[in-house]
Amino acid sequence: MKRNPQRLAALASLALAATLGFSACGSDDDNGGGGGDGGSDAIVFLPKNLGNPYFDASTTGGERAADEFGGSIEEVGPDEPTAELQVPFIDTAAQQGVGALVVSANDPSALCDSLNQARDAGVKVVTFDSDVEADCRDLFVSQADAAGIAKAQVDLIAEQIDGNGEVAILSAAANATNQNEWIALMEEELAANYPDIELVDTVYGDDDDQKSFDQTEALLSQYPDLEGIISPTTVGISAAARYLSESDAKGEVALTGLGTPNQMREYVENGTVEAFALWNPEELGYLAAYTAHALASGEIEGDEGDTFEAGDLGEYTVGADGVVLLGEPYVFDKSNINDFDF
Amino acid sequence: MTSLLAPEHREPTRSYPSYSRPLVLRLLATREFAVVALLVGVFLYATANVEFFDGPLTLYFLFRDLAPVLLIALPMTLIIVTGEIDLSVASVMGLSAVVMALLHFEAGWSIPAAAAVAVVVGTICGAVNGFLVAYVGLPSLAVTIGTLALFRGIAVGLTGTTQYTGFPQEWRDLALDRISEGSRFPLVLVPITVLAVLFLVLLHFTTFGRGVFEIGLNDEAARFTGVDVERTKFVLFVFAGAVAAMAGIYFALVYNSARGNTGEGTELKVIAAVLLGGVSIFGGRGALPGVIAGALLIGVLSSALRLESVEDNQINIIIGGLLILSVISGSVLGALRGRLRLPGRAAPPPPGPPGGPGTEAPPGA
Repeated sequence: MKRNPQRLAALASLALAATLGFSACGSDDDNGGGGGDGGSDAIVFLPKNLGNPYFDASTTGGERAADEFGGSIEEVGPDEPTAELQVPFIDTAAQQGVGALVVSANDPSALCDSLNQARDAGVKVVTFDSDVEADCRDLFVSQADAAGIAKAQVDLIAEQIDGNGEVAILSAAANATNQNEWIALMEEELAANYPDIELVDTVYGDDDDQKSFDQTEALLSQYPDLEGIISPTTVGISAAARYLSESDAKGEVALTGLGTPNQMREYVENGTVEAFALWNPEELGYLAAYTAHALASGEIEGDEGDTFEAGDLGEYTVGADGVVLLGEPYVFDKSNINDFDF
Repeated sequence: MTSLLAPEHREPTRSYPSYSRPLVLRLLATREFAVVALLVGVFLYATANVEFFDGPLTLYFLFRDLAPVLLIALPMTLIIVTGEIDLSVASVMGLSAVVMALLHFEAGWSIPAAAAVAVVVGTICGAVNGFLVAYVGLPSLAVTIGTLALFRGIAVGLTGTTQYTGFPQEWRDLALDRISEGSRFPLVLVPITVLAVLFLVLLHFTTFGRGVFEIGLNDEAARFTGVDVERTKFVLFVFAGAVAAMAGIYFALVYNSARGNTGEGTELKVIAAVLLGGVSIFGGRGALPGVIAGALLIGVLSSALRLESVEDNQINIIIGGLLILSVISGSVLGALRGRLRLPGRAAPPPPGPPGGPGTEAPPGA
């Protein structure tokens, strides 16, 4: 093959054409910092994924808050709940220099770089529902603390069985950290305040519907005097409710725990379940929006002990590790369950 | 090969640049240049009209997110020019990311050692594809749909539902760094540029690259002109596997996450970029600069639209529409040229005497 000078020229020209885009890219430097004119009232909500009724409710709460303090909420998010898919939305918020970003993280550490980059660009980062590592966000709006969750469920079961009798716990996996923490706190709570209630057994349904169903059946046959069941997992409580509603024990054995209104509506309406607990995602979004607004407007710095007003939820104080606690779990019963859709 | 074609005959149809035309025409009157022009146009428009697009973070994010697509598009271009396709690249990305994560977190290997093994695994994946396509003679579409599921299945099987995060910061920094302090260009552009130049030279300026085009036009004819069709295809699939593995490692480090579904869907973005860049899906025509411009065009468009708060689904509709337009415009232009007998690059063979072997018209181009 002989060397063709035209060919070399063609190569050079092609390379030139290819770099045209690049050189155009570099032409406009110095466009100032990222702290743009998105304005401190622009708040972006980034849930784990869109089309999830739980997060639809939290965004509704955020919008209600924004109406009250005169800001604007934009909801963005991926279709699938994975951390990688959340990254471009965080990046976009950083580029736009919005006032604050309210995130429910799909992973505690994978989002850290992006979130910190956004913070460097002047965006305040508030996590809610699902936190990231504490040094990657300004504040975390927590739906409930472990002690509050444990106490609410113990109080509910005690009320339903008149503070007297045998109860059992239907948990998720035997090594689930949060479940075991709650169970330990429930035992303390029972021992301290309800001496007449005996915790006879803790069984594990592994958050599997069929297994939870079978475990409920086993509990009832093994403990004929059982008065109540606490199931601090949404899968467990709905499986147990399904079993009870079809058995003779319906209305005889009380059931409570953590559930979602859509799963439990049927059983509350047919009398199997009197009341159960969870947090209210709408209030969570409402508080998260107020928290973001307080940070973005400079009302608070996010230090421990800072206080701010959150509309009709009242005054909140920033706790240790930058956590703002929503409050006691919310109790759902016949009177209010139809107000919720998640 | 050119010596086989009698110079006194009319120039036979060829897909690679016909050197009989003047340089300016060869450079400007091409689909590749149209894509480059569109890219520059969209970029300038976005810079002027899209708020925050000219901000300091835009280009950094754009290149950082586009890097896997840019990387894999290089070998994919050569594969598609031969008339084959590799749909398994995203699964190779996932598998290599998972292999690196397992070796690092479970077996305690250092990142470079684990990454090297991951690249070897990717290369083996590519060799499996290449062997089945080139030597067994199976259609690449069927083979790589199979290995798409197979490699993904292995990746998911190895990790279960576990997600590996917490890669060492010094290696993550390497993936996230900028070329220089405060620059808008991430460091990953350096290896991408090096690879792009290598593949550009390989495709457009070597006999191997000539063979790639010949195979795409007519592999029987290519065989008769002395191209080792099997070896060429095999090597290309091996390249694709190795490069996809590198992209997987990069992806894991950048997003600090490796699990079974890492990279899912990337193959479609890559193929979209290649086709948008003017490569014919039937093989035989295309140029690497066009593909790079096609990938950048998708990146710039997504970035600008996202800044305008256009939803991802709508962005996909716009890019999908653009892709179909580009494929249609290729066919329409080809048909028009044929009808008008314009001396275009993709004109059908003139009704004169046959020019020799390898003169079949590129199908559909």
